[in-house]
Order: sequence, then structure tokens, then C-alpha cells
Amino acid sequence: MSKIKPRVKVPKKAKAGEAVTIKTLISHPMESGQRKDKQGKIIPRKIINKFVATFNGEEAFSATIEPAVAANPYIEFSVKLAESGTIQFDWTDDDGSVYSAKKKIAVS
Amino acid sequence: MRKLLAIGLAGALAFAVNSAVADENAELLIEGQKMVTKLAAPEGSPFDTIYSGWVFRTDETQALAMDDFENPAMILAQYGEDLWSRADGANGKSCADCHGDASESMKGLRAQMPKWHEGKNTLFTLEDHINWSREEHQKSAPWKWESAEMLAMTAYIGLQSRGMPVNVKTDGNYKSWYDQGKELYYMRVGQLDMSCAHCHENNWGNMIRADHLSQGMINGFPLYRLKWQGVGSIHRRFSGCIKNIRGTPFKRGSDEFTALELYVASRGQGLSVETPAIRN
Amino acid sequence: MEMTRRDIFALGAGLAAVGLINLPAEADEGMVKEAIEKFAGGMPSAGGVEIGAPEIAENGNTVPIEVAAAGATSILILAAGNPNPGVATFNFGKLAGESRASTRIRLARTQDVVAVAKMSDGSTAMARREVKVTIGGCGG
Repeated sequence: MSKIKPRVKVPKKAKAGEAVTIKTLISHPMESGQRKDKQGKIIPRKIINKFVATFNGEEAFSATIEPAVAANPYIEFSVKLAESGTIQFDWTDDDGSVYSAKKKIAVS
Repeated sequence: MRKLLAIGLAGALAFAVNSAVADENAELLIEGQKMVTKLAAPEGSPFDTIYSGWVFRTDETQALAMDDFENPAMILAQYGEDLWSRADGANGKSCADCHGDASESMKGLRAQMPKWHEGKNTLFTLEDHINWSREEHQKSAPWKWESAEMLAMTAYIGLQSRGMPVNVKTDGNYKSWYDQGKELYYMRVGQLDMSCAHCHENNWGNMIRADHLSQGMINGFPLYRLKWQGVGSIHRRFSGCIKNIRGTPFKRGSDEFTALELYVASRGQGLSVETPAIRN
Repeated sequence: MEMTRRDIFALGAGLAAVGLINLPAEADEGMVKEAIEKFAGGMPSAGGVEIGAPEIAENGNTVPIEVAAAGATSILILAAGNPNPGVATFNFGKLAGESRASTRIRLARTQDVVAVAKMSDGSTAMARREVKVTIGGCGG
């Protein structure tokens, strides 16, 4: 599975002030830097080290991530919103790449 | 093995002993669709009741199967969906160009695998069918058995049979393959001199070290294994088992593994296809 | 002579060096204490933090866990028996529904998962929970 793809599950609608569950996943091997290849050399570390969720530009939730988080990192959290808008999700790889996803949510 | 005596009681005692890790009455609903994970065994089966491998997993692993978002195997099935519409090969065709909507054209296909190929007049696994179509119709290169693309495509096509009963043929052309598969199933191999049956027929429900032995059904393949931290094929699983017994495995796509796949599939006749499943 | 933990580890390390046994490196309680104190500015008292985890992990590769602490602005997760104890830190902003989050972690062996919470008023809290990790692994 060489493609690094984010996926998010965000409800389309939410009630203002009510906590809604957000599920996120990104396909990533999370190479820990502990494994050795067939020649006995350490396979270099390459992980997603940070995850940030912002709503209309404001940070709602974030995680700093170490190699002990499992491959294809799954993170679930909740948000409580007062207005409609867009949630932006960003995952940062050790190599500097940033993978993103966006979802609109209608709050009434 | 003192637990061998318990097997005679149709596995009921084995389950009582291992109730902390299995619940044979647990129901599997994938995205709300009920799967058949427990069934009266087909005629000629050595079991009274057949169970999907899902039944033997911990509550947490079972829960991962119920939600397509939480199931890590679905990432690859999604890649398969992308590949379905992607043109490949000298003819510039995608699978969709000939086969249209996979949810219609591929419905029920995985449930019948391995399936006879009329043109080549031999038994083909799903991987064989895919590669034949690639070479013949797309003029594209065959995919390696365990490549991300092949796993993605078999997962995606398998998904179109999810919830349908496994339904393989074992008569006519299939009989000689079925017989060979059965012979392989009961054949002792390797340094540990064991056959598939020793674990999956004689000791299902028991613990082998910390693994809860299933009946060795393949209704969920290709599937995500926590151990592999990735998706793998039926033949990969066969291969791993033989290596554990310190034997030399047959190759992916070999006649032997194809025959074994047919036989093992027939042992699970009637269970729901769970592809792409999640196991330990 | 009574064998202390240190003696057993020294013996193990010696054997590992000769390649006789494969002993994965293990975090010692010192590393865990250091990580906790670095995050919390001291040793928090136990309580006020929930850790949801299986009693027995099906596979140490992927262990689902959930942490929660009412009113926390951040929660640190440590695996006390991993080669490096750090796992993740969750930070809850004003828009977070509650101070609760789930993920899946890697545990090298049976060990305690430790969760340390920092509240908006600066106070801290901590909990530990053992997760049994078994070595099964049939099937290649």
C-alpha cells in the first residue's frame, strides 16, 4: 500500500453546541525506525508526526504523534460547533509533506 | 493435547473455555448488513457447524469489521475502485469500459471463486481472471499476486459479493481439483509434520500459544491482518501457514494452491463473503 | 544472592549481545518518570483520567485505546514498556467537543499504558492501565 491517502468521516449536519464525533484515518506505513531490512540495516523512520484539525481557521484538536502509533493512523475526537463551516484536516509527514482533507458541516 | 477430548462435543466446550476471546453468538453487521458467520455445516463436512474466522477474534477486532471507515482494508478497496476506471495497457481501456458498473457486473463473482475459465479450460482464481482479462483485453502487463494493485482489485471485486453466500462448484470439471485440494488439506508437511487439519479441523476453538484457532475459512479474503499491518491474499495465508510448519510452500497461483483454495472455499459453503475482512 | 531486575536485564543484555536471545529494548521506569515530569512539571496524583483499552490485545501492532479527562487541554499517552515510552499527545482546543480521543497504538509487550492530563487551570492528573500483549502470530 504505497499511496498515502487521508480519509475523514464528518457528519453533514450538526446541532449547535452538540458534540459530534469526527473519525480520521490516513493510509501510511508509519515506519518506526526500529525495523531492520534483510541486510540487517535499520529501515529509516518515516511517520506522520502531527495531525491538526481546524474549523473555520481555528484549531479544534491536534495530536503530536510518535512511532508507537499504529500503521494507518486512526484518530477519533469530537467537536462542538456554533456555526456552519469547513473543517480542515492536515497530516504532516517526517519528510515535510502535508496531506490534507476538507469537509463542510452545516450547523443549525 | 488434553483439549483434544473436548473437540468431540462439537466445539461447545472449547468455546466455554475460551469465552473471554470468542462469542459464537455475536452478530456481524457490516454497515448494517447482517453477515452469516455461523451455519449448519454443508453435507459431507467434518463439522456440525461452520464459523467464519470473524467469530474467533477479540471484541475490538470484531468491532473494526462493522464499520467501513474503521476497517483498514477498505482503504485498499477504495484504491481498487479508482483502478477500475483507470485505462491501462496498449488498448487504452479501463475495466469499466467493458464491465461497466462493478456493483452490477461483478456482483456474486467472488462468492464463486475459484471459478472455471472456459477459454483456458482450467480452474482460475480471481487473480488469474483479472490478469487474463488484463492481458487479453487491455494488452496490459499482469499484476503481481501480492502487489497493491492486485490486492486492491480483488478487494474491490470481492466487496461486490459482500453478504452473499460462498457458492463454489465441486463437481464436473471441478472434481479433480477438489480432490487434489482435499488431499493437500490432509497432507502432513514440513519439519513439524502437520497438516491443515491438525489445527483447523482437530483444534479449532483452542488456543495455539496466544492465537485463537479458527476453522480456517477464507470467506473474507483478501483481508487486512493486524499481524501483516496490511492486506494479503489467500495464497499468502496458505504460504505463511506452511512456513510456520517449517515446510516449503507452493507458489502463489500454483495448481496446488488453486486446488487447495477450491477445497477450503467449499468447506465454508454458505458463509457470507466478508471481503475485505479484518483478522488478527 | 537475590536477582534484582537490573541483574536480570544485565544478564539478558549479555545474552542478547551474544545473539542467544532476542531481547527487545524496554523503557525503564526512569524514562517514563522523566516523560511524565517533563509534560506535567511534576508527578501528578492518580485519578481523573480514563483509559479505555482491551484487557488482552489481539495483536501488539494495533491496540485500540481511548483517553479522556474532563476539562483537560492536553493528554499525554505513554507506553511504559516500549523501547521509547512516548506515544502521542492530544491537544483539545476550545472547539473540541470533550477532552476525549481515540487512536490505535503499538505495544511491544504486556505493559502499562499511562495517560497524563493537563487542565486549563494548570493542574495535572494521571492514570495507568495494564494491557496484556500476547505473542501468537500463526500464519506467516
